[in-house]
Amino acid sequence: MTTPLLEMRGIVRSFPGVQALRGVDLTLQRGEVLALLGENGAGKSTLMKILGGAFAADDGSIAIDGRPIRFRSPQDSRRAGIAVIYQEFNLIPGLNAVDNIFLGKEMTHARFIRHTQQRRRAEELFRRLGVVIDLDAPCKHLTTAQQQLVEIARALAFNARILVMDEPTAALTSHEVECLFTIIAELRKQQIGIIYVSHRLNEIFTIADRITILRDGENVGERPLGEITRQEIVSMMVGREMSGEFPPRSVTPGAPRLEVIGLRGGLAVREVSFHVGRGEILALTGLIGAGRTETVRLIFGADRRDAGEIRLDGKSLRIRSPQDAIAAGIGLLPEDRQTQGLTLRHSVRENFGLPNLDRLVRFCFVRARQERDELRQYIDALKIKMSGMEQVAGNLSGGNQQKVVLAKWLARQCEVLIFDEPTRGIDVGAKYEIYLLMNELAAEGKSLILVSSEMSEVLGMADRVLVMHDGRVTGEVDARQAAPEEILKLAMA
Amino acid sequence: MLKRLLFLVLSDCGVVLPLAILCTFFSVATLNDQFPTGEAAARQVAVTIDRSARVVIVVRDQSDDIEFAEHLQTQIAKPSIAAVVRGEPKDARETLRKLNQRIDVIACTQQTASWHSLADLANDYPALGNPRIVQPTPYLWPDFLKPTNLRNIASQISIIAIIAIGMTMVIITGGIDLSVGSLIALSSVIAATLIRSYCGGRDAQPLGVIAACAVAILLCAGVGLFTGAVIRGFDVPPFIVTLAMLLIGSGLAGVISQDQSINDVPSSFAWLGRGADLFNLPNGVVLMIVLYIAAHILMTRTRLGRYIYAVGGNREAARLSGVPVGRILILVYTLSGMLAGVGGIMMASQFTSGSHNFGVTYELYTITAVVVGGTSLSGGEGTIYGTLIGAFTTAVIANGMNLLNVQSRPQMIVLGFVILGAVIFDSVRRRRRV
Repeated sequence: MTTPLLEMRGIVRSFPGVQALRGVDLTLQRGEVLALLGENGAGKSTLMKILGGAFAADDGSIAIDGRPIRFRSPQDSRRAGIAVIYQEFNLIPGLNAVDNIFLGKEMTHARFIRHTQQRRRAEELFRRLGVVIDLDAPCKHLTTAQQQLVEIARALAFNARILVMDEPTAALTSHEVECLFTIIAELRKQQIGIIYVSHRLNEIFTIADRITILRDGENVGERPLGEITRQEIVSMMVGREMSGEFPPRSVTPGAPRLEVIGLRGGLAVREVSFHVGRGEILALTGLIGAGRTETVRLIFGADRRDAGEIRLDGKSLRIRSPQDAIAAGIGLLPEDRQTQGLTLRHSVRENFGLPNLDRLVRFCFVRARQERDELRQYIDALKIKMSGMEQVAGNLSGGNQQKVVLAKWLARQCEVLIFDEPTRGIDVGAKYEIYLLMNELAAEGKSLILVSSEMSEVLGMADRVLVMHDGRVTGEVDARQAAPEEILKLAMA
Repeated sequence: MLKRLLFLVLSDCGVVLPLAILCTFFSVATLNDQFPTGEAAARQVAVTIDRSARVVIVVRDQSDDIEFAEHLQTQIAKPSIAAVVRGEPKDARETLRKLNQRIDVIACTQQTASWHSLADLANDYPALGNPRIVQPTPYLWPDFLKPTNLRNIASQISIIAIIAIGMTMVIITGGIDLSVGSLIALSSVIAATLIRSYCGGRDAQPLGVIAACAVAILLCAGVGLFTGAVIRGFDVPPFIVTLAMLLIGSGLAGVISQDQSINDVPSSFAWLGRGADLFNLPNGVVLMIVLYIAAHILMTRTRLGRYIYAVGGNREAARLSGVPVGRILILVYTLSGMLAGVGGIMMASQFTSGSHNFGVTYELYTITAVVVGGTSLSGGEGTIYGTLIGAFTTAVIANGMNLLNVQSRPQMIVLGFVILGAVIFDSVRRRRRV
């Protein structure tokens, strides 16, 4: 057997509170398309970022052509012949294709850029890809597919031998996907190794030679494509023990409280209707980009909705801003607690008080003692670990930060609470406490919406699961009877 | 450990420390012989005079000296006072020549003791016997720390300090307000024009003057409201919007005043800028103290204050917590405009006129005060008292260097470095925290 083009061995990487990779292996041969599969949070992105030099691995080795190599920066990785095309393109929107392709590696003569030569080279690259692109237009005027081609051309311009594509078809039309596949086939012939990260099984069966599956930061399988069925892939991705991770639930959901009818907003939410009952936990799941977060943000008034009605206890609500939603008794724990949930530079107390100030105020003055008393109560109840109420929120661990966000909304006594990825990046202990609390809230008769990408969490916590794909609800399943495979299929539509 | 401690000290009193160091430095550098005057001098001189001594008091015809003489007279037994001279050296000579009796003590102030006419007593006035001259003894005290000087500092900085309140709030929301300097001019010009045209000019009644000032301040608040509405409504960077408003305000002031300074205001108009009714404190300083207390309470104790910090700390998190971000932004620019209007009235009152030349580059001094006071330009952090300290820091630098006879250009260099130091310190501190 020949030396593989790329060999990653025992890659370990942890973030505060989470072990993202626990010793992952990956090999890639010349002229091979390797599909990298796994649920959200399985560690695919982290692994690819390590390959791209964006993160450093805590442990493990990387070898190219059998020669060990260390990346200290993205430049190192690029020099080693690796090009990563992230979901979010790295193009400067105002520059044209040529300038973007040669950005950082301009062809120069005595420090002056040789425009003609660059242009000729760019034309040649696109010819090699078999496409025509307007080289004069700024990249922001190109379509997503064209921008992707510019990224690929850039990779070729660097003589990249390993090309990583993260969800390359997420924003492409079916025709564009076919074109992309032609190009990938062409690149394969040119002995370039391609790592293809995707959720879409159909595509993988069309394009990939081999698949590697990750789960919870570990390898769970590596097979040539011919030797595995769709069903096997799904169960390898999902398969995990689920007992003990979630507290038992004993609430029977009651009559509908929150009703969402015909919700539409922007491109992300095309048509969503559902209801949540008294004491019910409704999970909203789907792949990244399915429109889950966008949906709950519309309900909360964080973004403007184009159409749709929101009713609480039969009354139609006028929600035009988060203020309106809060006044109506709806709370949202946002997806990203660091940028949306907390002001990291401010103290725990200030963060806690923010949505509750209207209650805590007498004659415009904040009743400081009552604020502290309430906070102390939640610190005890949620077991938030901190040096004091005046501690800066940014210095807390992820789990404790999330608990502070939780505390500020619990104090608000919302009737409907929306949890957007409440346990992302949180250690197991804190997760369990948050689950317990969700159950308690449901038992009090509140209605909860749980947005989550983690299959086990969705099935372990929710009463009902709503699966979204491309801005629409593609299915609704009873969480107690649903099989993970069924949900995954609905999510991949 | 030591490093940690030092860091703690620096982060908690980081704002006070430079001011304290500056004050100490200028105190030492301006140490000088000081002579007591007035009552204090009288008390000091009185104890050195025997009860039975015969005394002549020699003073100039000036309020301090007269006070000295009067207090001395009450503290010495009446019969022992032979004469009191009030005037020039020649008056002293005449009086002493005419006196035809033995004198034990001639009580002088620091100035009269060095008069030539008192230099050679034994030869000039043999009839007096052998009197000794007593005068207040000098003591060592910094010019910088003299009450009049401290009052001067407070008075000089009061306008900038008051405008800096609004600027602090704006900067805490993550914005900036460059228009305040031009609003000073606009406010002064509007007030003076109104007084001239509708309140009777130099004969205006206090009520009319107050009304004119109120209108000017409200109009400046209106300009601030407009600024805030543009920033919020069109999502334009505050830097650009307020830069435009700086031009507009300054241009308006010139148009309204027709590039003339307007002096037709009553003398009572000077009350705010030059009067000192409370504990000998200038009225402008009293107003400054009152406004600072109010602003401090607003920022630390009220919901509005908390919202202002939240908007600057993380706008998205604030919005998702139900903070009416837009309204808060509009409000802080309105307040900033209003306080700039107040500053304009104070300046007009100091000069008893309104002029389009007032307040040029004041926005820079105001921002300096805020930044030196520890408010972070990236928003979300800062204190009102810090700004007050920052304002005083800049004022102390200017004042101290004046006392040391440093020219104004070198002063600018020093002030520039102080600003640099403040922002570098702020940046280092922030890197340590998160």
